[in-house]
Amino acid sequence: GAMGGSASLIPRDLLGEYQELTFLSKQEILLAYKRFSELLPKEERENAWSARVPKSQILTLPELRANPFQHRICHVFSTSETRDDSMSFEDFLDMLSVFSDSATSDIKSHYAFRIFDFDDDGTLDRKDLEQLVNCLTGQGEESRLSSTEMEQLIQNILEESDIDKDGTINLAEFQHVVSRSPDF
Amino acid sequence: EEPHGAAPVDFLQELPSCQSARRRRGGTQERRPALLGTTGSRGAAARALPQERGGPPDRPARERPECMAEKRRTRDSQQVDTEHLSRWEKWRRTSSKSLKKALSEVKGLSSYLVLWRHDIRSIEGKFGTGIQSYFSFLRFLVLLNFIIFILMFSFVTLPTIISKYGIFNSTIAYISPKNIDNICTIYEPNGNKGLVYFYTYLKDLLSGTGFLEVTSLFYGYYLIDAVWISIMRYNLPLAYLLATFAYLALSFLWIIKRSVEGFKHNLVHDADPFQSYCNKVFAGWDFGITDPNAARLKHRSLQYELQTDLQEEKQKQKIAERSMEEKLRIYSLRILINIIVIAILSGCFYSIYRVTVFSQESSNDVDNANSQVNLLVQYLPSIVITSANFIGPLIFSFLITFEDYTPAFEIKLTLLRCVFVRLANIGVLLFSLWSQISNCGSDKCKPCGYNYKLYPCWESDVGQEMYKLMIFDFIVILAVALFVDFPRKLLVTHCSWKLVQRFGHKEFEISDNVLEIIYGQTICWIGTFFSPLLPAIATIKYFIIFYVKKIVLIHTRKPAARPIRASSSNFFFLVVLLIGLLLAFVPLGVSIARIPSSKACGPFRNFNTSWEVIPDTVLQFPTGLQQILFSMTSEAFAVPFFVILCIIMFYVIALARAHKRVVEQLREQLVLASRDKMFLIRKIAETQRN
Repeated sequence: GAMGGSASLIPRDLLGEYQELTFLSKQEILLAYKRFSELLPKEERENAWSARVPKSQILTLPELRANPFQHRICHVFSTSETRDDSMSFEDFLDMLSVFSDSATSDIKSHYAFRIFDFDDDGTLDRKDLEQLVNCLTGQGEESRLSSTEMEQLIQNILEESDIDKDGTINLAEFQHVVSRSPDF
Repeated sequence: EEPHGAAPVDFLQELPSCQSARRRRGGTQERRPALLGTTGSRGAAARALPQERGGPPDRPARERPECMAEKRRTRDSQQVDTEHLSRWEKWRRTSSKSLKKALSEVKGLSSYLVLWRHDIRSIEGKFGTGIQSYFSFLRFLVLLNFIIFILMFSFVTLPTIISKYGIFNSTIAYISPKNIDNICTIYEPNGNKGLVYFYTYLKDLLSGTGFLEVTSLFYGYYLIDAVWISIMRYNLPLAYLLATFAYLALSFLWIIKRSVEGFKHNLVHDADPFQSYCNKVFAGWDFGITDPNAARLKHRSLQYELQTDLQEEKQKQKIAERSMEEKLRIYSLRILINIIVIAILSGCFYSIYRVTVFSQESSNDVDNANSQVNLLVQYLPSIVITSANFIGPLIFSFLITFEDYTPAFEIKLTLLRCVFVRLANIGVLLFSLWSQISNCGSDKCKPCGYNYKLYPCWESDVGQEMYKLMIFDFIVILAVALFVDFPRKLLVTHCSWKLVQRFGHKEFEISDNVLEIIYGQTICWIGTFFSPLLPAIATIKYFIIFYVKKIVLIHTRKPAARPIRASSSNFFFLVVLLIGLLLAFVPLGVSIARIPSSKACGPFRNFNTSWEVIPDTVLQFPTGLQQILFSMTSEAFAVPFFVILCIIMFYVIALARAHKRVVEQLREQLVLASRDKMFLIRKIAETQRN
């Protein structure tokens, strides 16, 4: 039904290319196209290729709505030149590909590092970790850890993952600690 | 100190190692090429991750952490590279690519065949991966039981049915028993011929006696020595025994395979992976949650978990600083409580033993005396076991609060005790059954080796007990869901007394539910030898339980205060299941190898014990093969084999220890290297300033 309709809107070679360049299957790409075009206003649905969906629209997706890292995810995957975190269809596919089950853990850990790096400086320092923990425990004053608890927690995290003891976690250390993490 | 905080990051770019990594990347650019010139934070971010760009050149494009436009450029440049390769290389690459594509298509199609795929995904979205792991575990058991049923049915029941009805020109061969007392072969199960009350049918359905006893459900039906299908001779006793071994081996291998898949074991580093803070923080958020309510609950549970862990750490420090007299007091208290626990367990076991003996004696003495009471007496062992399984954990979780362990250890120890209670109860039941069957006082078993008067077909009796346990377990699960969970929920929503609100809310206790179904599965494993169609009943039972639990979950759920994580729970379930399987080996081993098989029914009546089919068959092999098999089981082979295994194990352990030492040394080197780096950067900054 609707799936068949959108299939005719994606040329076959482009579909094949997306299958090759992402971890998504054909059905998943078509479904993604459908969801993406639903986020656009009706007039723009014809050129879903070049259209960019503003961040506010992307955040209405149910998968992102409940996610505390929603802003970081949009920021990391967006290739917008105006730095407004809007996403094109290809950015959207990139995002779905990294979160799919068949993506390698290498890619997942790389993007997780980028998402957790709140100040975009290439390392996770104490401020980043503090913001990360606050995101995890929820918004609102009563759901934050006290400052002593936060200190203790960050101390423990750095002890476990900072191999070269420079007070920050770089990408290699992050990937190492995550590879031994059974829940990732 | 550094002149300003940003200096180390900028200088990191100038380091020779970063420069060489960038040169190695060659033409591939960074994620936002338009921002290369800017010195904003994004530019620094793009430049500050040098070493992971690119990577080995033949990494396929989709495995690179770049945006879509970059991946296209990489793939095009890869293709340009390959154009100068030989024709053989080109063909190899295109064929491997098309093979991968075909495999992914097949995988996509086969994912539709997975049972309950949509249900489990929606549960994961609403309730998180911890509870979802319980439901995938249930699905695994349904599949396992189904395969065991197919195995037993096709190798044991199907040939029997074919031959009994003469399909395909098949006949049954009966070999008359030699040197067995005729008295052992008397077996007259009353198949309820003639007019009987409907109630009797119900009673028979629930307790496996009467008309059910003579069906293919129980061991007694398979009174066949060989089946002739046209000209082929099918050795049914051998098939029966081998099918039993096959399903045990299949379950064992499948469980091990699943536990290896889900568990990343760390032999080198000592840290406990499940308690690690990094695991909780970096892998803490469940990205599958789509429901805002579930997200709120997850936030709260994460906060609670982190706070409890931090408190636990403080408590550990306190424990380490305990004084000698405090330690003495605590240890003596623990010993006392362990003695109490053992006393409770012995009380449990003794009552099960007495009840089983009583139930067997009364069902053997008075036939059909008082039907209602008779049914209750038949089910008495099941009732006692189920109440013990229910009361035991309550007592244990009450007692453990006095033992002053850390919360994590408390949970583990309580779970261990509950597991032990559940599985040992089955063991005690079987033990008491055997004590009855081999009750050889005053020459009751002289002719046949077992108590032939009371148990002419003892395997069917054991099968009936297992059948009753399974049916009762199923009834209890349904009854609890219907008469406890739903009324509780109604009470909580409509009655706002403080007391009701505090005790009324029911959490979905994953570990309790899992122990319940593992208990059922252990019964199934033990019982399948005595009742080949039992796995079919188990499959249907778990199928229905899936839907029942799902409905209970959706309507009556409150999140558990201490959440169990998905990974640790998966491994825990499989370990307990494995313990159940290994426990099932014991009674089966004793039944097959030690207790003489009944001479009045079943396929093994011409053999002393059920195991003897195999030596008999081996003796019919050609002498060369016989020699090989005998030599493999003799001491001359076993002892060197064992010694070699020990040597290999020691070698592997020594290797692991050596690796661990190397890793420690490398870590120290990294720390020193990083300190050198900081020192050099400071020097450079100083010289630049001057």
